[in-house]
Amino acid sequence: MDTKEITDTPPPAPQPTPAEQKRAARGATRPGDRIFLGLSRGSGILLLVIMAAIAGFLTYRASIAISKDEANFFTAFEWNTGVVPPRFGIAVLVFGTIVSSIVAMVIAVPIAVAIALFLTHYAPRRLSGPIAYVIDLLAAVPSIVYGLWGALVLVPNMNGLYGWLDDYLGWTGIFSWQGGAPRSMLTVGILLAIMILPIITNVSREVFRQVPQMHEEAALALGATRWEVIRMAVIPFGRSGVISASMLGLGRALGETMAVATVLSPTFDIQASLLDPGGGTFAQNIASKFSEAGDIGRDALIASGLVLFVITLLVNGGARAIIARRKEYSGANA
Amino acid sequence: MSNAVIADKPRSTLRGARLPKWAPYAIAAGSLAVGIGISLAAGLHSNIQWGLIAAVLFVVGTYVIAARVEGPRQAKDRIATSLVWVAFLLAVIPLVSLVWSTISRGVKVLDIYFLTHSMGLIADSEPGGGIYHAIIGSLEQVGLATVIAAPIGVLTAIYLVEYGRGNLARAVTFFVDVMTGIPSIVAGLFILSIMLMFEMQPFGFAGSMALAILMMPVVVRSTEEMLKLVPNELREASLALGVPKWRTILKVVLPTSLGGITTGIMLAVARIAGETAPVLLLVWGNSLINSNPFEGAQQSLPLYIYQQYANSAGSGAAYDRAWAASLTLIAFVMILNLVARGIARWKAPKTGR
Amino acid sequence: MAKRIDVSGLTAYYGSHKAIDDISMTVEPRSVTAFIGPSGCGKSTFLRTLNRMHEVTPGGRVEGKVLLDDEDLYGHGIDPVSVRREVGMVFQRPNPFPTMSIFDNVAAGLRLNGSYKKSELADVVEKSLKGANLWNEVKDRLNKPGSGLSGGQQQRLCIARAIAVEPNVLLMDEPCSALDPISTLAIEDLIGELKERFTIVIVTHNMQQAARVSDRTAFFNLSAVGQPGKLIEIDETERIFSNPSVQATEDYISGRFG
Repeated sequence: MDTKEITDTPPPAPQPTPAEQKRAARGATRPGDRIFLGLSRGSGILLLVIMAAIAGFLTYRASIAISKDEANFFTAFEWNTGVVPPRFGIAVLVFGTIVSSIVAMVIAVPIAVAIALFLTHYAPRRLSGPIAYVIDLLAAVPSIVYGLWGALVLVPNMNGLYGWLDDYLGWTGIFSWQGGAPRSMLTVGILLAIMILPIITNVSREVFRQVPQMHEEAALALGATRWEVIRMAVIPFGRSGVISASMLGLGRALGETMAVATVLSPTFDIQASLLDPGGGTFAQNIASKFSEAGDIGRDALIASGLVLFVITLLVNGGARAIIARRKEYSGANA
Repeated sequence: MSNAVIADKPRSTLRGARLPKWAPYAIAAGSLAVGIGISLAAGLHSNIQWGLIAAVLFVVGTYVIAARVEGPRQAKDRIATSLVWVAFLLAVIPLVSLVWSTISRGVKVLDIYFLTHSMGLIADSEPGGGIYHAIIGSLEQVGLATVIAAPIGVLTAIYLVEYGRGNLARAVTFFVDVMTGIPSIVAGLFILSIMLMFEMQPFGFAGSMALAILMMPVVVRSTEEMLKLVPNELREASLALGVPKWRTILKVVLPTSLGGITTGIMLAVARIAGETAPVLLLVWGNSLINSNPFEGAQQSLPLYIYQQYANSAGSGAAYDRAWAASLTLIAFVMILNLVARGIARWKAPKTGR
Repeated sequence: MAKRIDVSGLTAYYGSHKAIDDISMTVEPRSVTAFIGPSGCGKSTFLRTLNRMHEVTPGGRVEGKVLLDDEDLYGHGIDPVSVRREVGMVFQRPNPFPTMSIFDNVAAGLRLNGSYKKSELADVVEKSLKGANLWNEVKDRLNKPGSGLSGGQQQRLCIARAIAVEPNVLLMDEPCSALDPISTLAIEDLIGELKERFTIVIVTHNMQQAARVSDRTAFFNLSAVGQPGKLIEIDETERIFSNPSVQATEDYISGRFG
């Protein structure tokens, strides 16, 4: 289908030959078809180019920064980009990002799965529709609003819980508290959990709704209670879906910027306790350090952004791969 | 499993001891009372604590009572039921709190003056001022992003559904999925790295480009879903009349799914309207009105909220403005959502079933 | 263990729609009773009221009595979960649990009650699979997933799963409609064997099947689409197919409608 063929045969041919008909069936002989195909395929290619450009540009700027870095980029516990020679590393950010995301997942996943079960199997039918709708809307609340609420409402309310955790679980080390403002990884994790709850709930609910009626009836007919039906038929069927839903939520939590930036009081070191303020995450560090960063500082932040990019790519790619595999699996059994 | 064993069964195998219908409510009320009682006695101030105590009491109480009356299987069923309810309530509380605090604190300074004035002559710590400049900036940035992302997204979806075969289509599908997961700050850094290359100063359109990157995959996904709903018979009917494929797409496929596509685009707009991070990196923020998105720093609503919170050193006036701006932003996003869903519902009978 | 079912004045609804109206009949123990009738006549709905599966459907509700050896399934204080243990069910499409092995599928109902030793469990599974004429085909792959079997084998696996908990009654909702003729024959043979131990009720669209397997046959009909289904008559299968007492039955059986 190249241009030469087109000029050979003018489009408005009164009596189309078989060869022309064949070409017409494949599309793209008429100028309109060619332009339209070109435009739509071009858009698809543009998307690929953008992805490649993101990876390319970030890598290029990151390589500039890392080549000037006097410390080890992956292991250094400092972020001094304004001095000569600059010394910075992402160890603290890796730690903080992972810790806050783990806290968020530990809280959000069980609750989200429970809410999804609540909506599909427990709530009165008249309630479950509106609730699902509200959850959809909550997914649309901007993260900065969650951040503002977290900083001005959630943080002041955390003091009691912090004291409590310190009293009873302080001996573990993870929950000891020196009495600083509760702007620490635990509060960040709780806020992130609230933020990713809607997406995990929504995807899990879809999965649970797809459980074939006949599997649930099989369990019921054996004399299973509602919980046993869920354990025998619903959870085994929905497990991979819940895993991928959780990974989508994890992707959100890893990259969340504003909610962490407003709530956390960051330091560039690692706190052993979840309750003591300090630490930082990739996204939060970029947002907080950006305004005062010089040339090298910005490149250094871009370098840390590249690491975040790669991590979220892996997490989301994994989630999608699980979803894709599940589609084949359920298709084979349908 | 012989006949004798079965014959020995008591006659009322169908009858299990059951708790009365009101039992869960009674246990819930009891746990709530005890939870509050303990907190008062121990002098706990935080609402979170007595709530947690009550929730734990409810779950444990249900289990113990049900296990004694109904047996272990029913008790497990009940504990699952009560856990699911507790999880639901646990999630509802912060969300209600979020909505309540935004509305109750937001209405304090939200008035016509607030919507029509900028922060031009007002320091962040003083009362007064408004969000006019932020609204202008947000509308321009989001509008430009939509103008870029919507056509590209829709065309890509058309490619995937109407033409897409082979490796290119598979690659596009995969990377659209991957793109959905890009953190907004990374999109911001990408545009920033280009700007650094050309030594550009921050301006509104730079933010639009980052927002467009975030918007495209969302538009592609939703449009794809809608195009797939168009029945193939419709396409074939048109093609059989001798209508070229591109006109079939333009005149038959797109009009049929227009409602759904519009819904998808509006939801995507609602999503990027709340993005702060890329705007922070690329547009900087500005307390003055700048209505030219192609030159100079601009303000945007989400960024305004952040700056009022972060740069005001705890000034109550700035917090009030942040809440009011949050309320405005949420209202905008929610109206977009509701209208989009309204369109989807209104158009639904024509496209499916 | 096989019990008699005595239904009197049973009416079932989906929301406000009445699906079956005022049905009374007796099902004898250790016999096969077939339900036949045109689509939508409520025979499957009626079947599902016999083990309280009807109320699982949103809006499903029942009036009337179903006595299982003198105990009303819909009486006060009756636990539907226990009812379903005593009245097993096999569905139209084979529905083994896709994530469980063949062994686990058969053991699923037993495990719900928990108190089984491993050897005991293996004995019951073997006995049930033998009872379902499936043992020889699967004994070497008990740990493979049940979804890997053929459709007919899956259906017999479901029957094994249902009889493993030793129910009093076995309900079958068009158990062969998704199967090929050879698998159908295997199930029909199996039904003939199982009626020595259980009370069996089978819904079928296939009149030859009803004639082949059942001792008694009930004919259901509905006066018009949207109207509730009614029991027209129930009698010895031979009589129904040779000399029914109602004209509509004869019309249906001779293929004049339906």
